[in-house]
Amino acid sequence: MTTFEQESGLQLVELNKVLGGRVIIENLNLTVKKGEMVSLLGPSGCGKTTTLRIISGFLFPDSGKVLLEGKDVTAVGPEKRPSAMVFQNYALWPHMTVFKNVAYPLKIRKFNKQAIEKRVHDVLDILNLMHHVNSRPSQISGGEQQRVALARALVQEPHILLLDEPLSNLDAKLRIKVREDIRELQRRLAITTVIVTHDQDEALSISDRVAVMKSGRIEQFSTPQELYDAPITEYVANFIGSLNSFTGDFVDGRLTPGEFTVGIRPEDVKFSVKSMVGGIQSKVEQIVPRGHFHEVYLGRADMRLRAFLASDVPEVGTEGYSKVTKALLYQKGNLFKIVEQ
Amino acid sequence: MLRGNTKLNLQAKSLITKALISLFILFMAVFILGPLFWLAARAFVTSWTYPNLLPDGLTLQWWRVITGDESLKKAIRNSLIISPIVVLVASIICLPAAYAFARYKFFGRRAFLIGMFAANAFPKIGLFASIATLYYTLNLMGTVVGVVIIQLLGTIIFMTWIPAAAFASVPQSLEDAARDAGASKLRVFRDITFRLALPGILVAMVMSFLHAFDEAQGTYLVGVPTIYTMPTQMYALVLNYPAQIAAVFSILLTIPSVILIGIARKHILGGHLAEGFQIK
Repeated sequence: MTTFEQESGLQLVELNKVLGGRVIIENLNLTVKKGEMVSLLGPSGCGKTTTLRIISGFLFPDSGKVLLEGKDVTAVGPEKRPSAMVFQNYALWPHMTVFKNVAYPLKIRKFNKQAIEKRVHDVLDILNLMHHVNSRPSQISGGEQQRVALARALVQEPHILLLDEPLSNLDAKLRIKVREDIRELQRRLAITTVIVTHDQDEALSISDRVAVMKSGRIEQFSTPQELYDAPITEYVANFIGSLNSFTGDFVDGRLTPGEFTVGIRPEDVKFSVKSMVGGIQSKVEQIVPRGHFHEVYLGRADMRLRAFLASDVPEVGTEGYSKVTKALLYQKGNLFKIVEQ
Repeated sequence: MLRGNTKLNLQAKSLITKALISLFILFMAVFILGPLFWLAARAFVTSWTYPNLLPDGLTLQWWRVITGDESLKKAIRNSLIISPIVVLVASIICLPAAYAFARYKFFGRRAFLIGMFAANAFPKIGLFASIATLYYTLNLMGTVVGVVIIQLLGTIIFMTWIPAAAFASVPQSLEDAARDAGASKLRVFRDITFRLALPGILVAMVMSFLHAFDEAQGTYLVGVPTIYTMPTQMYALVLNYPAQIAAVFSILLTIPSVILIGIARKHILGGHLAEGFQIK
């Protein structure tokens, strides 16, 4: 029925999981290519962490299969799986030094002393942690703890790297740096990676593909660009990026009565004081500065539209013309068509 | 002017508070340390009676009596053998139970936890009396096994509750991380859970040891006349020997407590082990 591709890094087939009488995962299918970085993105309670725990072996699915590099590991416990996980709170062992934390997986695999030392030093070197070899986890910063957790996972040379909200405990600035570091490292080592996050920025910026999850199922699994440009359900459109949302139809560049849900990205709105082809009379009602762009509310005859303008920001009260270059039309939650002009 | 006054008032107030606290501490010190000092002094004096302000003379003869008396030496030996056995048996019985209480949800969990207090909630002597009748039928009267079981009763609560809390305070994710790293469940327990719960377990062991070491009521009922431990020997001492002998014996009885608490303070509360609990 299902083809088991040899080159796939990870395959989840028809997974189902009920926990405490609640359906957490429902008929979930996912194929991650070897060396690919994939995000599981969704709000809390959507089943993304459960999925990750099934991949890592801490939970067993009620039905379905987990395949790692083509091998069925569904019934294999976490200690025997060739996967390595970075936990949300890093889960470093406080009674061991950084070196011992990282060396522990190798010690269990009965590597000899020299081999352990070499591999641990190599991975600590990659992650710039050599100066903390003998520190304890409580003595180093959050960012460094995170890197130690990553080192402890990488030292195992896993077939798949699993990251559970790895950046959620870091402050905003550090988060961006660390996520770039992770991405760079993942590319260099070409390691199949699944990352769980509720932060769309994070998911879109570091993944090859993103799986948007909703109540135990994957709504859409595609590249970040596709996800943004052509969200196949209303849920994904709302979850990724910003959206003006109306009920009606979209004809000749304006909102008309109808039964669709019309979604317009604020980025897809142009504004000019001069008239333009397809432009509709608009008045600037409110402006919210958002740093590198401005959020501009435009009053039009057919709707009140939110636009993101980066340059030529008008003043409140300015009369002009606005034009919607792209609108997403949904019927019963599913993408019906994309109108571009 | 007004501000100056209130400031002065506040200063005076804090001065009075300080004085009161100092007075209280002094009072408590006399209250707590006074009898101990009196006891310690008595162990080294020939006699010291009212209304003399100073003792009549200093001597080590009471210590010689103890070291020379076979029955007293035997009591010391008994205590030093039986108490560690009690701690060992309590650990073997209670630590797995503590782990289960901390990590698993099972039927009657709360009832068991609360029920453990029951043995300590009622007057002990009643419990011991009913146990004694049981002991006669089982031929446990006057045996080491009988004494160990009696002393075990009081230690169960320490050896279960404290380690259970210690096990529970080890985050699940630390265990998960070890399993993910490839460790078997047993290895995870040995390397992670047990190591991190060790301070709590050691505290529980110290408390159990002290409890077993000091247990007198039940031990007296079950052990006498074949088995005397240090506390039960005290009964005989108080009745049959000069008071100074009892003083010497109390000091001997205190030594293990002082040593153990000293070790506990230094290695458990101040060492690396405690560090483990500060990390989230």
